[in-house]
Amino acid sequence: MKKDINKQDKSTGLMGWVDERFPLSSFIKNHLTEYYAPKNFNFWYFFGALALFVFVVQILTGIFLTMYYKPDASQAFASVEFIMRDVSFGWLIRYMHSTGASLFFVVIYLHMFRGLMYGSYQKPRELLWLFGVAIFLLLMAEAFFGYLLPWGQMSYWGAQVIVNLFATIPFIGPDLAEWVRGDYLVSDATLNRFFAFHVIALPLALAGLIMCHLVALHEVGSNNPDGVEIKNLKDKKTGIPLDGIPFHPYYTVKDLIGLSVFLIVFASIIFFAPEMGGYFLEANNFVPADPLVTPSHIAPVWYFTPFYSILRAVPPIFGSQFPGVAAMGLSVLIFFFIPWLDRSKVRSIRYKGILYKKWLAAFVISFIVLGYLGTVPSNIWGQFSSTIPLLGGLDVATFFARIFTLVYFLFFIMMPFYSKKDVTKKVPKRVTMR
Amino acid sequence: MKIFITFLTLFSLNSFSAENVELSKAPIDLTDNQSLQRGAKTFVNYCLNCHSANYMRYSNLIDIGLSADTIKRDLMLNGDKIGDTMSVNMPVKESKKWFGVTPPDLSVVARSRGADWIYSYMRGFYRDPSRAMGWNNTVLLNSAMPHILWELQGEQTLNPKTKNLETFTSGKLNTKEYDSLVADLTNYLVYMSEPDQLKRKKMGYYVIGFLLLLLLLTINLKKEYWRDIK
Repeated sequence: MKKDINKQDKSTGLMGWVDERFPLSSFIKNHLTEYYAPKNFNFWYFFGALALFVFVVQILTGIFLTMYYKPDASQAFASVEFIMRDVSFGWLIRYMHSTGASLFFVVIYLHMFRGLMYGSYQKPRELLWLFGVAIFLLLMAEAFFGYLLPWGQMSYWGAQVIVNLFATIPFIGPDLAEWVRGDYLVSDATLNRFFAFHVIALPLALAGLIMCHLVALHEVGSNNPDGVEIKNLKDKKTGIPLDGIPFHPYYTVKDLIGLSVFLIVFASIIFFAPEMGGYFLEANNFVPADPLVTPSHIAPVWYFTPFYSILRAVPPIFGSQFPGVAAMGLSVLIFFFIPWLDRSKVRSIRYKGILYKKWLAAFVISFIVLGYLGTVPSNIWGQFSSTIPLLGGLDVATFFARIFTLVYFLFFIMMPFYSKKDVTKKVPKRVTMR
Repeated sequence: MKIFITFLTLFSLNSFSAENVELSKAPIDLTDNQSLQRGAKTFVNYCLNCHSANYMRYSNLIDIGLSADTIKRDLMLNGDKIGDTMSVNMPVKESKKWFGVTPPDLSVVARSRGADWIYSYMRGFYRDPSRAMGWNNTVLLNSAMPHILWELQGEQTLNPKTKNLETFTSGKLNTKEYDSLVADLTNYLVYMSEPDQLKRKKMGYYVIGFLLLLLLLTINLKKEYWRDIK
């Protein structure tokens, strides 16, 4: 089909010259002008394109930051201040990069939530989902490596804590942590290798995976808020899905609206609140790293805090912190299994029953509460009175973190059961415009 | 094993060392060049003897309304070049010997501590004979720093019952004048922590304005294209 179209209207002129040597026209057709997307995309479908946009922003601003930044323990902090003060518009580039990092996660979390709502991981989109989760994993690594580079106190001690997580792995742990660090503690050697990972290794891997994600998407086609497979009903003559519209120009112009709104949010933060109340740039990170002074409160940046909460919530077993570390790892990796955990007959939340809605709501609440708890010290809500059996003396916040950790995992573990038991509604043949 | 122990200590340390001090609100106004200039003078005359501001250039002070000549004459005591940073001549090793800690660089202190903290700290010194320097502070208990502005503020003591500061001997300035001096100094430190911040905000209005127009344009563009989609 695709090939026939290409033969029908052969390009002439410069485009023709290129097309004889490189499939430019057919590329544009296959991925833009004749890539048919469902016509009923809503608000939630902005975030994929926005994630790609933020990725490009991070790469571009990153290139300029790399021109001035010095990956050297004795110069890193000063070089960041040099960028902020002496490099022309350096502050703008730096704030774009630091704000972009946080907004990348905002966008990705919303993008993933969209997938959960509309069942975008179900057959035939399992591999598409797997690529997506892999991107999320690499993005977390990318953010972690990048956070060390300003070489402030939070950078330093955050990295110290996270690398030490590896040390809890039985038998090989301590050697592994030392191998990752390249030293007995986080030092110049660590900074240099993290810099290498941050500026080349992970961006390269991310770019490759994003490409795979898009290729997979365009192979199976986009899902939509109704979860209706638009390829099932095609125009008999043209073979175009009845509910499909060309991505370009329809969704390119629509995404421009999403982009404009996003840019307003982005610019508001960059120009008026680049620290975002200490959530995007932490106060303690304006103190140069000092291996001899441990900050009284070490917390990761907000986008890691749900997972950090899970780490803290799991009690040590036989004095080993490994169970917590394993739980934290699992809390991320478990996303890989969703396509096979969901046994619902329908995709979209619109036609799923009350059971799935309740579980998804519980999951979102857990994620948010865990996220909040990860930003504060665990004694924030005080302790249970010692007269209460079992709970006596336990931090109240820790208790709630444990409850919500349980809910977080139950959402996944129970999914095969509640998704099968759930009473679903009848899915329409065609998409609905709401 | 050592690493493992470090790790465990880290987790047990992971709790707030509650500094339950109520901070006074610092009256900050970055558009007030007079205040910034007074603050800069106080900073150079008092703070810069021990503390550096290694990321701040003297030439930046032109932005707060000082001329290059004034900066050179009044503020640059060791005749550096105007593009030089505010470094300090005190040797690091010696200062550590004298104070127990090296006085930290103050370039971005307003971003790590916050304006209110600085404002309260500089007003929170009191006489404490048990301390090596003879001074203590209500905001940062057992601070190694002596009260450098004591001749201006006079000496305070801490009432052990009420936990309130009381004037012991008065200084060259009365309370109102001293508070205003500290306010100017704090204002300057906030400015110094990010000299371009006013420029940033000003530019922000233009950018947001442009983006609102862009939004209007894109909304209408989309409407136009989507007219035939039902």
